[in-house]
Amino acid sequence: MKASGFQYHRPRDKGEALDMLGSLPNAKVIAGGQSLVAMLNMRYAFVDHLVDVNRVDGLAGIEVGNGRVRIGAMARQRDMLAHRELAARAPLIPAAMRFIGHLHTRNRGTFGGSLVHMDPAAELLAIATILDAEIEIESRKGVRVVPIADFPLSYMTPNLEPDELVVAITLNPPLPKHGWAFDEFAQRHGDFAVVSVGVTTVLGAAGRIEEVRLVLGGMGFAPTRLRQAEDLMSGETPSPELFDEAAEVAGREEASSDAIASASYRCRLAKVLMRRSLAVAIERGREQAVK
Amino acid sequence: MSVPIVVTVNGKRYERSVEPRVHLADFLRHDLGLTGTHLGCEHGVCGACSVLVDGRAVRGCLMLAVQTDGCSVETVESLARGDMLNPLQEAFREHHALQCGFCTPGMLMTLQEILREHPDPTEDLLREELSGNLCRCTGYSGIVKAALEVARQLRGTDGGVS
Repeated sequence: MKASGFQYHRPRDKGEALDMLGSLPNAKVIAGGQSLVAMLNMRYAFVDHLVDVNRVDGLAGIEVGNGRVRIGAMARQRDMLAHRELAARAPLIPAAMRFIGHLHTRNRGTFGGSLVHMDPAAELLAIATILDAEIEIESRKGVRVVPIADFPLSYMTPNLEPDELVVAITLNPPLPKHGWAFDEFAQRHGDFAVVSVGVTTVLGAAGRIEEVRLVLGGMGFAPTRLRQAEDLMSGETPSPELFDEAAEVAGREEASSDAIASASYRCRLAKVLMRRSLAVAIERGREQAVK
Repeated sequence: MSVPIVVTVNGKRYERSVEPRVHLADFLRHDLGLTGTHLGCEHGVCGACSVLVDGRAVRGCLMLAVQTDGCSVETVESLARGDMLNPLQEAFREHHALQCGFCTPGMLMTLQEILREHPDPTEDLLREELSGNLCRCTGYSGIVKAALEVARQLRGTDGGVS
């Protein structure tokens, strides 16, 4: 349970970090380290060079605009949870983040680190998926922006080259007045979710659903948006029957089996959690519309 | 290849040379001889190695010692004054909040931050926040009772947690 040897580098600024990533063989960035150090200790991960970006300035800002939100890749989960403007603009974020790990891991863990680690059930990955995140990636070759839909390539494999660094995440929450819900089932509080569900709703005049976003986590290798269910709800008047219909779509998603839960159990959870979350999100959407 | 670091632990400054792969908990125990910090799982699950780095609770096994260069670390050894237990330790004894004692250093250090941030905690909040620290013998009832009592005591005075 001890990591094997590696060389440690602490770049002073982003440029130096990018130089290191571009030149050092088998190098890995350490952000919060709350998954990486465990993997190093257990020797699931072997690196020759560890590039520690914890002291690089300018990577941890949180900027909340009226429309978009830009969060530095090194923003600590703890600081995101405590950010009042962020909570006001996108209440789904703290609602989902309270399920993440524990006090200690949130104190160190970062937004960018979680996205790049890419555990299929990570709440931050689900948040990024439902809030239409754009991932800002830099290397010495330049900057590229990857929409979240194109970021997961496979199980725990992000669309990121060895010389690249995630520097920030831009989120596109729905209109300021929207309903939200996030729920998950885990074996214990703070464990990775077996299945997680996120919903945002915008209600228009006459209470019809103007926009709805649905995300499911923990089913496949990355959270997915339920476009089919989103489409069937758009423009409709909310009703328990409509929630059932959308929940049926969630329950038909492909799911994986593992030691904790079978695929059919995951599908069952997806259906139940989606129906409950839709009811909560629509109710909150109504309250927001009245305000 | 070892790397020189300067770190303040419980108010005392240490200059040491560490291998980058050594995590903070091993550094505290083996290099500094501060064996109050316990190690259970070494992959971030049990919380026994919880210490404070710059005032925030961290898992000692998930932070490299080399990363604490220039930081201030507090361990369970910082709590008592000689033979005088601090109020939280005293409350642990009073409420039978420990049996084998293995999880206790992590519980005590985690509660430093929890009680600082939540001077008037509910039982539910304490149970949720302490879910990152596993106790497998005496259970959480005594621990939660001790924490509630100390929070009550502290609200009655102007003192800090430790």
